[in-house]
Amino acid sequence: MLTRFLKSREAILTGVLLALLALIAIRAPEFVAPGNLANVLNDSAPLIILALGQMAVIVTRCIDLSVAANLALCGMVAAMLNAALPGVPIIAILLLVVVLGAALGSINGLLVWKLDIPPIVVTLGTMTIFRGVIFLISKGQWVNAHEMSAVFKAFPRAQILGLPVLTWCAILTAGAFLLLISRTPLGRAFFATGGNPRAAVYAGINTGRTQFAAFTLSGALAGLTGYLWVSRYAVAYVDIASGFELDVVAACVIGGVSIAGGIGSVGGAVLGALFLGTIKNALPVVNISPFWQMAISGSAILIAVAFNARANRRQGRVILKSAEHAA
Amino acid sequence: MSILKKTVAAMATAATMVAGAAHAEDVRIALVVKALGIGFFEAAAKGAEEAAKELGDVEIIYTGPTDTTAEGQIEVINALIAQKVDAIAISANDADALVPALKKAMDRGIKVISWDSGVAEAGRMAHLNPSSNALIGNMIIKLAADHMPDGGEVAILSASATATNQNIWIDEMMKVMDNYPGIKVVATVYGDDLADKSYREAQGLMQSYPDLKAIIAPTSVGIVAAAQAVADAGKIGQINVTGLGLPSEMAGAIESGASKSFAIWNPIDLGYSATMMAYDLVKGAEGGPGATLDMGRMGEITLDEHGDGAMADPFVYDKSNIEEFKSIF
Repeated sequence: MLTRFLKSREAILTGVLLALLALIAIRAPEFVAPGNLANVLNDSAPLIILALGQMAVIVTRCIDLSVAANLALCGMVAAMLNAALPGVPIIAILLLVVVLGAALGSINGLLVWKLDIPPIVVTLGTMTIFRGVIFLISKGQWVNAHEMSAVFKAFPRAQILGLPVLTWCAILTAGAFLLLISRTPLGRAFFATGGNPRAAVYAGINTGRTQFAAFTLSGALAGLTGYLWVSRYAVAYVDIASGFELDVVAACVIGGVSIAGGIGSVGGAVLGALFLGTIKNALPVVNISPFWQMAISGSAILIAVAFNARANRRQGRVILKSAEHAA
Repeated sequence: MSILKKTVAAMATAATMVAGAAHAEDVRIALVVKALGIGFFEAAAKGAEEAAKELGDVEIIYTGPTDTTAEGQIEVINALIAQKVDAIAISANDADALVPALKKAMDRGIKVISWDSGVAEAGRMAHLNPSSNALIGNMIIKLAADHMPDGGEVAILSASATATNQNIWIDEMMKVMDNYPGIKVVATVYGDDLADKSYREAQGLMQSYPDLKAIIAPTSVGIVAAAQAVADAGKIGQINVTGLGLPSEMAGAIESGASKSFAIWNPIDLGYSATMMAYDLVKGAEGGPGATLDMGRMGEITLDEHGDGAMADPFVYDKSNIEEFKSIF
């Protein structure tokens, strides 16, 4: 049991993460102070939440490139609503962004399920549409800090048991995902659909609907993150989180989620997001040229993919022992 | 919709012609903007009216298309030529497309200058830049230095490492660092004009340089993100965020105290100066490279070899005037 854990992706990633922290500590000891590590965790929280949603999608052999645009659209709607009607309570805004995000995600799901369009094409299309819609509703204008209410901005920063609400959102999402993946039929259906779609159908799983559910889930989490993002940075404009979808996919890949579907774990996705988050936060501190920063982030992804390809190569299974000996 | 727009435009033109006929001896200066209904340009028109009041015998025709297209502006220019205005001061939607129409205007004796967004050299007699790279470079370090009587460490949070404007401004700033003894630029980091990356870079700066006194961000996304990062770190009062930003976007940071002051052009001064320059040309001054034109209370402007000139230092915004400007642009 222990040796199996030590060989697992999670254990290796944890080791790499600790080694990375040790390496950073040599150049910038203040980085590994507990207070700062909490900051890094908080900064990585949006990435963790989105990576979990993305993991569900990728495990079903799909990909969701529209998460960042979905996030930006829901964030803009939340910010504009707050600017127009500062009295709307935060709980209503939270509910609204989750429902809106889920609705946007379900568009992806429906197109993949009912029209059988490849997910990468569908989400590339909706990504552009969502960004366009933000421009239409905002007319290209920013929603600025002074237009947002104090409560709106305070929510992700509020401290509970020493950690900000933003971090708690990520922790709760990870906990809910653990339950979903290991304890519910839907969670198992995600893996069955991606692992072997034909066998899944024979097992009575509606693969299209499972993919639809994954997209909707990813959309709902993107919506939630949209509000958290906008209130944390206290600004909303068309281009927020632009390019973030690639970070999200990268976090999944680093976390050992197989792009071919069927393989992935909650721990892996969380650790992948933490790994990327740590690199992003550490590079400015250790004083590395911005050009190298991009190269380093890119290399980390490539190494992880190469590693995945090796780890996932299945050993051929001998099914006729006697025949093998005969030959 | 377009018929309605045209009717309104025609009525407006007719109205100005009637009004124009009443003061036939007035100098009529048309202030042509990128599009009507933009706060920045409405403010410029306010400045133009101020200049007109000061000069006495000037009538301002504030006009522009309803959307930011070159075609719309050409229509407006043609209408102004037909009205025989004395001068056109234009902020162009396209540097080249407007040249033929403006040449036609100059052929008819109309004085033409561009301001804010320029027209190619052949299409105007002078161009008014809100500021110059050297003035901006000096201003951003001055803003930081003004609140650091004892000197100290400052850091720069720029846009991307390859952004031309920002790199020029930072270079210009470095050239004048000798005038600010005791102030040390400890780092230049790049937020790529992304709110999250800029925020993270600002956090990194605060961690790497615990004695940091100011963050200079000559980019509107960076300055807002840095101000938020400073506020979240509880370092308001200890670290001053300054640089270039828009009043509407920075109002929150000024209110919280994360930023004591920042700079950007003042649209009122810009409209005022453009009007003054146009008036000077109408009254017989020569345009073109090397010429000097009068800008009233803003002083004089000397044009360079391309016929371009810089108005003034960027205008400083702080607690005293942010309320007035945050609704303008």
